[in-house]
Amino acid sequence: MSATTSRGSQTWFTPFNVITSAIIIVGLVITFLRFTKGLGAVTHLSHDNPWGLWISFDLLVGVALAAGGYVTSAAVYLFGLRKYHSAVRPAVLTGFLGYALVVFALHYDVGRPWRLPYPFIMQQGTTSLLFEVAACVALYLTVLFLEFVPAALEWLGLKRVRDLITRLTLALTILGVVLSTLHQSSLGALFLIAPSKLHPLWYSPYLPVYFFVSSIIAGLSMVIFESTLSHHYFADKMDQTHLDEKEGVTLGFGKAASLVLAGYFFIKLMGVAGGDNWRLLGTSYGLWFLVEMIGFIALPAFLYAVGVRNKDLPLIKWTALWTIIGIVLNRLTVGLIAFNWQLPPSRRYFPHWMEIAISIFIVTVGIVVFKFIVTRMPIFYEHPEYKDAH
Amino acid sequence: MDTIFYTYQEFYTHTKAIAYLLMVAALIGIACFWKFLSGKDDADQDRTL
Amino acid sequence: MSISRRKFLGWVGAAGVGTVVARSAHASGNKHFEGYPGSFGVLHDMTRCVGCRSCEAACNHVNSLPAPEQPFTDLSVLMQERRTTEKSFTVVNKYSVASRQTPLFRKIQCNHCLEPACASACFVKAFQKTSTGAVIYDPSVCVGCRYCMIACPFEIPAYEYNEALSPRVMKCTLCYPRISQGQLPGCVEACPMEALTFGKREDLIETARERIRQFPGRYVDHIYGETEMGGTSWLYLSGVPFSQVGMREDLGVTPAPELTFGALSVVPIVAGLWPVLLTGIYAISKRKEIIFQQELEAVKKAAQSRSKEEI
Ligand code: SF4
Ligand code: SF4
Ligand code: SF4
Repeated sequence: MSATTSRGSQTWFTPFNVITSAIIIVGLVITFLRFTKGLGAVTHLSHDNPWGLWISFDLLVGVALAAGGYVTSAAVYLFGLRKYHSAVRPAVLTGFLGYALVVFALHYDVGRPWRLPYPFIMQQGTTSLLFEVAACVALYLTVLFLEFVPAALEWLGLKRVRDLITRLTLALTILGVVLSTLHQSSLGALFLIAPSKLHPLWYSPYLPVYFFVSSIIAGLSMVIFESTLSHHYFADKMDQTHLDEKEGVTLGFGKAASLVLAGYFFIKLMGVAGGDNWRLLGTSYGLWFLVEMIGFIALPAFLYAVGVRNKDLPLIKWTALWTIIGIVLNRLTVGLIAFNWQLPPSRRYFPHWMEIAISIFIVTVGIVVFKFIVTRMPIFYEHPEYKDAH
Repeated sequence: MDTIFYTYQEFYTHTKAIAYLLMVAALIGIACFWKFLSGKDDADQDRTL
Repeated sequence: MSISRRKFLGWVGAAGVGTVVARSAHASGNKHFEGYPGSFGVLHDMTRCVGCRSCEAACNHVNSLPAPEQPFTDLSVLMQERRTTEKSFTVVNKYSVASRQTPLFRKIQCNHCLEPACASACFVKAFQKTSTGAVIYDPSVCVGCRYCMIACPFEIPAYEYNEALSPRVMKCTLCYPRISQGQLPGCVEACPMEALTFGKREDLIETARERIRQFPGRYVDHIYGETEMGGTSWLYLSGVPFSQVGMREDLGVTPAPELTFGALSVVPIVAGLWPVLLTGIYAISKRKEIIFQQELEAVKKAAQSRSKEEI
């Protein structure tokens, strides 16, 4: 696809370009509606359901799936797993874009987006977990930007500045892990204030720990999944190191994901024990909980393990996709399905099609920007002038 | 502090605000301290390697 | 002890609201907090309420809210259960209970929690529990994240979803402007049945206890709001279990700020310890690498010298 688009005007009408343009036009129209008619015109949000798809998908899922950045840079720079070095730049780039899109999406959701800096510059609501999330996301976006910027500077040929920033790599990585630990877990902790609204099988004092641990799983799986996709579409951009290391990355990250999933399974079980919620497992929500536990935690843990033992790369890749679906479902469950579970069906929430359209629009913008960057900047290959320099 | 707090909400707002300031101090402080701690090692390493 | 509205106006003028926050001895230790001493509240006695909606009309009037679709005299709206919205800060719902011949009516509005979940959740401190007892909201800083609405266990705050540029969170203010001037809240003033009693919260609890003691057959022996979510400034008396009039009895007594206290306390510890831990891990892996390099050198040298010897 990338090859056809760059070849000139007569091939502009590729399926990719036509579909993305259509989505972007629809998105812009809804954006106009959102900011002229208000949230009520484009969403099904209500007084009972103040958070809808834009928070559950764009924020909760978005942040979880953008965890690849901190997981990979921690593995390479802190745990000394140098052999995965080629995975760092794509992971940092997707992390940076992911967070940028989360912040972008929040501008649709909050009532007065131009006031988003208010928690820092006006009054600090320090008892709010949202304050903590906001502070960490803002700082982490900056950290990811600084981690990504060397690639852009190499592309632009600004050697001095680039060298200055790469010297900060260690500090940035550590700061990135600290901030990620904090806000990934705090996204779960957001719901601690509402024990009467979130179903007891998902409400647990361990909620922040669950969100943090599952973000590691999401990060590892996303790196595997993205590298598969990128390899499919951008193989011509990749250098030999990247291609050589790819198999190792898939195996190593698959192994790590399998182990973390196993741990996640047991701590989730401990949450059920802690709340003495065993009898709820027999209800319809219990069934959904079991689907998540067995289908999306135990099963992928096992499949990853089989894939790693047999060096079965396709199996690992498909398991990565399955795991990601599981994390998405988990976040949607906490934010939408199990939230307000005690309300009668007439007062429950189902997204408006325009909310879904905006979410698709935002993902599409992300893909277009990703494509723009990887076809120009040294992401999948090392810039010839900076070989071995990082 | 002489401030009288009547609610947990007020008290936590106050204590957490200080905690946030200390967090910033800790992040910067530990980074600088690590520089100091391993400053001589790094110089040695540069010589040996 | 119950204070009728006529009497109240008298003593509030004499005492002045300012003295309400007189410091009491037990409030000074930073260990245990019991709320503002002498703060106000309202007692809603459902056994006296007749569902006339005068309180709704008065609320609409004193807060200058838009006129409703059906007039307040139209009691047919009681047929369906309603909740507070951005246009009505209080609503009265009707509950037909099997054990009683006459239905019960419950008035809903912000409960003005002693430890408000909305205030705990707001990341710009837009909500504030005042010394009068009222929980008030400042639209000039509100970002519109609606986390306060997620947090409120009583599902009270509403949002102006149809406002494009300056949407606000809307809820009852306990008529903060009025009570600060010694006036009664609009609803209390309008109630023809004295189903609503305004006064100091401590006194209202006494009043409620007294009523339960005098008419044990008339009330269930519980004052809703005395301990729920750490206590609320609005208190309720009912003739049937509260769950039968749509009030949740499973909220617990933990004040909202305590719910997130644990998670928030971990934050500074992570910020303090993680850098130490991670730098340690980095140092160990780096050291291993150095040793590996040195050994590699040594092996290479040994191999070289051996090959030299062989020659
Ligand atoms: S009832 Fe809800 S809105 Fe009112 S003070 Fe309590 S938490 Fe806040
Ligand atoms: S919507 Fe406004 S008042 Fe409510 S938590 Fe957000 S910023 Fe605070
Ligand atoms: S005015 Fe009094 S009696 Fe009438 S509905 Fe309101 S609380 Fe009940």
